[in-house]
Amino acid sequence: MNAQAPAPLGQETGMQEMTGAEMVVQALRDNGVKHIFGYPGGAVLPIYDELFQQEEVQHILVRHEQGAGHAAEGYARSTGKAGVMLVTSGPGATNAVTALQDALMDSIPLVCITGQVPTTLIGSDAFQECDTVGITRPCTKHNWLVRDVNQLAAVLHEAFHVAQTGRPGPVVVDIPKDVQFAKGTYTPPQTAPRTSYNPRIEGDQDKIKEAIALMAAARRPVIYSGGGVVNAGPEASHLLRELVDLTGFPITSTLMGLGAYPASGKNWLGMLGMHGTFEANMAMHDCDVMVCIGARFDDRITGRIDAFSPDSKKIHIDIDPSSINKNVHVDIPIIGDAGRVLEDMVRLWRASAHADKAALKPWWGEIAKWRARDSLAYKPNNDVIMPQYAVQRLYELTKDRDVYITTEVGQHQMWAAQHFGFEKPNRWMTSGGLGTMGYGLPAALGVQIAHPDALVIDIAGDASVLMTMQEMSSAVQHRAPIKIFILNNQYMGMVRQWQQLLHGNRLSHSYTEALPDFVKLAEAYGCKGIRCEKPGDLDGAIKEMIETDQPVIFDCRVANLANCFPMIPSGKAHNEMLLPDEATDEAVANAIDAKGRALV
Amino acid sequence: MNAQLKPTGSAYFITKETETDEKRTLAVLVDNEPGVLARVIGLFSGRGYNIDSLTVSETEHERHLSRITIVTRGTPHVLEQIKHQLERIVPVHRVVDLTSTAYERGHDRPLERELAMVKVSGKGDDRVEALRLADAFRAQVIDANTEHFIFEITGRVSKIEQFISIMKPLGLVEVCRTGVAAMNRGPEGM
Repeated sequence: MNAQAPAPLGQETGMQEMTGAEMVVQALRDNGVKHIFGYPGGAVLPIYDELFQQEEVQHILVRHEQGAGHAAEGYARSTGKAGVMLVTSGPGATNAVTALQDALMDSIPLVCITGQVPTTLIGSDAFQECDTVGITRPCTKHNWLVRDVNQLAAVLHEAFHVAQTGRPGPVVVDIPKDVQFAKGTYTPPQTAPRTSYNPRIEGDQDKIKEAIALMAAARRPVIYSGGGVVNAGPEASHLLRELVDLTGFPITSTLMGLGAYPASGKNWLGMLGMHGTFEANMAMHDCDVMVCIGARFDDRITGRIDAFSPDSKKIHIDIDPSSINKNVHVDIPIIGDAGRVLEDMVRLWRASAHADKAALKPWWGEIAKWRARDSLAYKPNNDVIMPQYAVQRLYELTKDRDVYITTEVGQHQMWAAQHFGFEKPNRWMTSGGLGTMGYGLPAALGVQIAHPDALVIDIAGDASVLMTMQEMSSAVQHRAPIKIFILNNQYMGMVRQWQQLLHGNRLSHSYTEALPDFVKLAEAYGCKGIRCEKPGDLDGAIKEMIETDQPVIFDCRVANLANCFPMIPSGKAHNEMLLPDEATDEAVANAIDAKGRALV
Repeated sequence: MNAQLKPTGSAYFITKETETDEKRTLAVLVDNEPGVLARVIGLFSGRGYNIDSLTVSETEHERHLSRITIVTRGTPHVLEQIKHQLERIVPVHRVVDLTSTAYERGHDRPLERELAMVKVSGKGDDRVEALRLADAFRAQVIDANTEHFIFEITGRVSKIEQFISIMKPLGLVEVCRTGVAAMNRGPEGM
């Protein structure tokens, strides 16, 4: 089907007679979709047939549906547009579930189109049948089973609308095969939006005024920003920077929010939370006013909740009313889009409040002392590559390029967050909420498809990367020159670290025997493999990786037993961090007392 | 929420819930479309909230709107979450906490009614006694032969409970209850 196809039903209204499969492709086009990630199968063949006969929407074939989901997520996070995936019924849909839940927890706009057995067979335990809307109901923002071809176009448009507006999230549209074949009337986007769905965008002006007054009187303030600022678009990050400059407040960010404020900015405290910096966590603990923007007081952020920032007044800006008071009671809740509220705050601050930056001097003095502890320090080593050193060198050698970073989940993820400096939003793709090992490699593929000329690096762990390694084949097929930079310590490092801290160093099944030879594996996939074992060789090897115009698997052999510090041990508060210079074997062994052990 | 009190043996911080539970009646206006009830119920089970009673039927046919009445229990903090989580569901139009609205309007609680069908079988004195009590409760006989009655009774939950417990020794064999329908007093709509 193409745009020149005859349109018997009034072309001026955009209403046209076509098959369900044609509608899917037309709706993708009408919603501005250029790329989709997918895997064919029996129940989506009519849609694949339509995709074959057109060129506007490019299909990226993956090797597993989970890969399609994470690739679409990477695409969405790096562009701010919805990612789209197309999978078949039954196993196609169930394989997509991990990516859907990942997108739900990290608020990523993802439109997943699934095939379904014909309506007449639904409920008969047909071949490759599953209750897709039932299975995906709790892991989507909303989902639809389309039984009538005349509803299909409206549902698809609504799906894009719901995925991308308010707090973004994944949606599923399940289309039975007979509906794909059936003919019906196509309606153009947004003819009749649903009345029950009205996310609130504008913040309450009185509340914002109250917040500004509180901020103006603050003596020990801190801004705690999150992924909501990134989701609100580049303008929101720009406004955040402006607010920080105007107020002179220190700022920290969640894992999801890195890049909204530049790591090189003078007010930057680094990431907060379980593996955040000492200064960020101490500032959170001792502050008198906390301004939370687009973050959700996750348990990895707060530590022990009854000791979380005990003496502060808290302002919470979030687009989702259910985030307010969910984990932490806040004093001034503001429901709205982070960008819009920041715009109001900047305007009001300029008009009414004047920054008394001198009054913040003692506070900055305290922060300087915490900073001086240098909580991200590690012992350099001339013989083995320290993982932190590897991330630092990677950063230094790539920072002047157009670089995007994805990660898997574990120690390497935390080291990447700590040691790679992010200057812009949408440059950092990581599985924050769900913690999905295997996220980074397919996500990198998605990012590279969206930004073909950029340098896209997956900072990976040796265990995580094997979970979705098959997508190297997709990268080679689609000439996506992604770089898989594996911090290979032969362990599930974070699991091993917890076992050391909590379970008497009994390393139950956290050592990977018989790891593949990653260089040979790269060659088997038809791309390049690089191995580096000595700190002295690292720069040269990284440069070689950057210069390679094809996918690379970089096997960076790092110190096997390095731990990720600083750390808030379980059951402890922000001001009870375990710092690297204090982390002797004994301190590590006793970090979590008997009470804490029961608590974790 | 109680599940959180037990040590989970993994990397989570556990806090003790110190607030006490309250009972609330919620009215939820939703688009009557396939799966909407599953979304509401799934939310309660998925997030560990309680449902004491749930009643649903389409109330506005032209607009395809259904009204779900849910009686739930939780701490004030959990109840606030329940309301907001329900509002997040795309086909949910409005969530009204009838209990707190009643307080605001100066009433004890919203008007709550339930209907039950109660089947009692027996002979002799028990049968006479059942009929006499049913009359006192203003329950109607909707089916009977020489060996049984089916009573229809409408009223507050406590009245239904009382009626059923009284019928137990008189030959109660079957009970069917609708769950609570609720509305607030006064001229204002929901």
